[in-house]
Amino acid sequence: MLKMQCAKPIRKRLRKRNIKRSRVPLSKTSSVIFAPSADLTTEGKEEFAVLRGFHFKLDRAVMVPVQRHWILSTLSVELGKDRIGARGYALRDGMNAATYDVVIVGAGIVGAACADECARRGMRVAVVDREMVGSGATAAGMGHIVVMDDSEAQFALTRYSQQLWQALRRDLPEDVEYDQCGTIWVAADEEEMAEVRRKHDYYAQRGVPTLVVDSEALQRLEPNLRDGMAGGLLVAEDAVLYPPCAARFLMERAQELGAQLQLGAPVTQIGEGRVRLSDGVEIAGGMVVNAAGAWAPELTRGMEIKKRKGHLVITDRYPGFLRHQLVELGYLKSAHSVTSDSVAFNVQPRRTGQILIGSSRQYGAEHGEVDQAMLTRMLRRAQEYMPGLGQMSAVRTWTGFRAATPDKLPLIGPWPGDKSLFLATGHEGLGITTSLASARILVDQITGAKPEIPIEPYLPSRAVKEVAHA
Amino acid sequence: MMDKDSQQPFDVLVIGAGPAGMAAAVRAAERGGRVGIVDDNPNCGGQIWRGAEDDHGQEATAWSSRLRNADITKLFGMRVFHQPETGVLLAEGTDDVCELRYTNLVLATGARERFLPFPGWTLPNVMGAGGLQAMVKSGLPVRGKRVVVAGTGPLLLAVAAYLRKQGAEIPIICEQASWSSLARFGVGLLGRPGKITQGLQLKKELAEIPFAANSWPIGAHGGQVLESVTISRGGKTEVIACDFLACGFHLVPNVELQSLLGCQISGGFVQVDEFQQTSVQRVFCAGEPTGIGGVELALVEGQIAGLAAVGEKNAAQKLFGERRESHRFARMLDRAFRLRPELRSLPSAETIVCRCEDVPYSRLQEHRSWRAAKLHSRCGMGPCQGRVCGPATQFLFQWNPDSVRPPVFPARVGSLGRVVSGL
Repeated sequence: MLKMQCAKPIRKRLRKRNIKRSRVPLSKTSSVIFAPSADLTTEGKEEFAVLRGFHFKLDRAVMVPVQRHWILSTLSVELGKDRIGARGYALRDGMNAATYDVVIVGAGIVGAACADECARRGMRVAVVDREMVGSGATAAGMGHIVVMDDSEAQFALTRYSQQLWQALRRDLPEDVEYDQCGTIWVAADEEEMAEVRRKHDYYAQRGVPTLVVDSEALQRLEPNLRDGMAGGLLVAEDAVLYPPCAARFLMERAQELGAQLQLGAPVTQIGEGRVRLSDGVEIAGGMVVNAAGAWAPELTRGMEIKKRKGHLVITDRYPGFLRHQLVELGYLKSAHSVTSDSVAFNVQPRRTGQILIGSSRQYGAEHGEVDQAMLTRMLRRAQEYMPGLGQMSAVRTWTGFRAATPDKLPLIGPWPGDKSLFLATGHEGLGITTSLASARILVDQITGAKPEIPIEPYLPSRAVKEVAHA
Repeated sequence: MMDKDSQQPFDVLVIGAGPAGMAAAVRAAERGGRVGIVDDNPNCGGQIWRGAEDDHGQEATAWSSRLRNADITKLFGMRVFHQPETGVLLAEGTDDVCELRYTNLVLATGARERFLPFPGWTLPNVMGAGGLQAMVKSGLPVRGKRVVVAGTGPLLLAVAAYLRKQGAEIPIICEQASWSSLARFGVGLLGRPGKITQGLQLKKELAEIPFAANSWPIGAHGGQVLESVTISRGGKTEVIACDFLACGFHLVPNVELQSLLGCQISGGFVQVDEFQQTSVQRVFCAGEPTGIGGVELALVEGQIAGLAAVGEKNAAQKLFGERRESHRFARMLDRAFRLRPELRSLPSAETIVCRCEDVPYSRLQEHRSWRAAKLHSRCGMGPCQGRVCGPATQFLFQWNPDSVRPPVFPARVGSLGRVVSGL
């Protein structure tokens, strides 16, 4: 990482100016190598240089992405032979001396979607993450794109987002593994069948095509489910994907539009339009978005978010064993119970032929180790529904932390008390599904555009802890 | 059939029945401890003493018979995959799973071959050197076949000698180390009479096989199967027709279980004190995981660990001198067969690095860490759990390994989700 310091007077000057509009004169010294592919234009009488959206190298071969409209002050340029020069100061990975319209903290699927949305609307975006793209809950989750009906607001957000995913589908690269396999909500008994019919009516009224299947039809659709299931509800438009690559796809799209990404940069403090990194460097933005998932409360105190741990297991490849995502209907009774630890039968077929087995939910577990008691409960639950799973080879297990809110809805919008701070977190187990819609309505709020769905249920103001006011 | 699932813990449980594990189990049992030994192979001997006992000389025969005659619970064909709680391991067999409780644990998990990717290395009949040897031992005929042996490390010589004895024609042994480092290794051996005799025996068997230092494979070719291999030899390239390429780049220790148990690992090796105890109390480690040093070091470390585990510290101390000797040999091995940086440029963009998930070299170059590569390319996410591509990428990109989670080896869902008594 480049450790050259910004000379103080220059930094001051930069801050004073509106960087976006400034033009800085150039002298004739030179020491920076400019990548040949970059688009360097001069304006006026070769006294100004504007670099448009490409990479260039500072000396010592540090790659620095340069943004649109970003003026390199005090840089001197020798045009021709791909060489320009800089003297006097350097940019720390291109970030600290520039200002941004929006700085996003967290490069998970939600942060990546927000970056993409901001960049598409012409904003200058920086994203920082302490680790890498899609490495937190995004890497740990199952990766479903599902409609849910726990509340009207949850339905609105999941449906809106699912439609956004469908629109994006053609652009998704192969490694995102988008697969519209459909979900079957499995009813074990008649009581759960009643719930199937209720769900069917609910979705039908809202234009989501679903199909009620009886015991026999279910057996035909999923022959490896245990005999004697009462039936189920097939939600045909539900899909699964591979989240880390989806996040990376969104982030790369944003980067193509000039968004800057800094990885391996832990953030220690945010607020008032600034993001401070652990090495003391500050990044300035008009707005800051806290998209740090389950770690968001560490940066914004008073937020009602708890870590909710989950376990997953993936098997070796067994193509054809499973065709749809299967979820037990007891899921609503067990997994979504807000207080206690729970497990539910939830399996997914992956493009690779592998089977992903979930799910568990636990509060109060701060460490990422595999908890044998939970793992046992979860796998036994899965085998109760699909006995054949027991003989399959499990290749890996892992855990992750969901960002859970008390009302099971995410926090999307301005944080009371800091006009420059927005939240996009608290997505619990639905972050992959709702990332795109969350980004839309967040950026609508930042830009003052009219959102397509009512945003009130997601506003962070509803979830401020009492202590925050004390 | 004994009750594998007995709730009473073993005084000493030994994981791995190669030389180190055999020595640990035997010494502990001879002192009266309640001892169990687990290995995923159907017999003892590990990789090095695999197959018929009398093939491997007196020492192997002696330890095998001591193991046979001692009062030791032998759990062969069982693979340890998980520690659901401290003091309990889960092991899986072909159709069963058992809980193994222990008071002291000796981890003698051995080593595996290191593979480095180069164009064509995934062709059929390109095999690990040790891997080919094992297959020949279990019946693969090589009589009259041309086998190029390439890579690095003393294993190449042993494999070449063995294959030749089985009737294979060995056109060349390619050793990537330079003559000068090999010469230094040879000089170092003068202080080790035992090693010299071994070396001389091998030399007799190897007398007619051309040996080239400063040389390594840069490409394997063929339509459906291997037909020839291109080697770089002293700066020039040479194409050699062959039926098999036996290729291994020395050894990497198996430290996954140690890592799962929280043992401190540094530079790829398990850190132990003078009694072979790891950073975790009552967990000992012996043999290759503490440093690649061959059979003699494994035997002495195993004995020390076994004795220390039953509290016989005085007897263990008596072996310290012998261990020091063998440590010197280990350091020489390490220096002589260090991988040369040129090997990092062997793979081309399309060369598959992760065979389980078909990940080419070009898809790895863009990543900054092993974890990033795993997440975004699936490298190392297949059933081998990164055992092959992990060490290769560590060498190619200097990435650090990730933390280890259960199962340490793939295990049946039913076994992994077993209800552990007391939990």
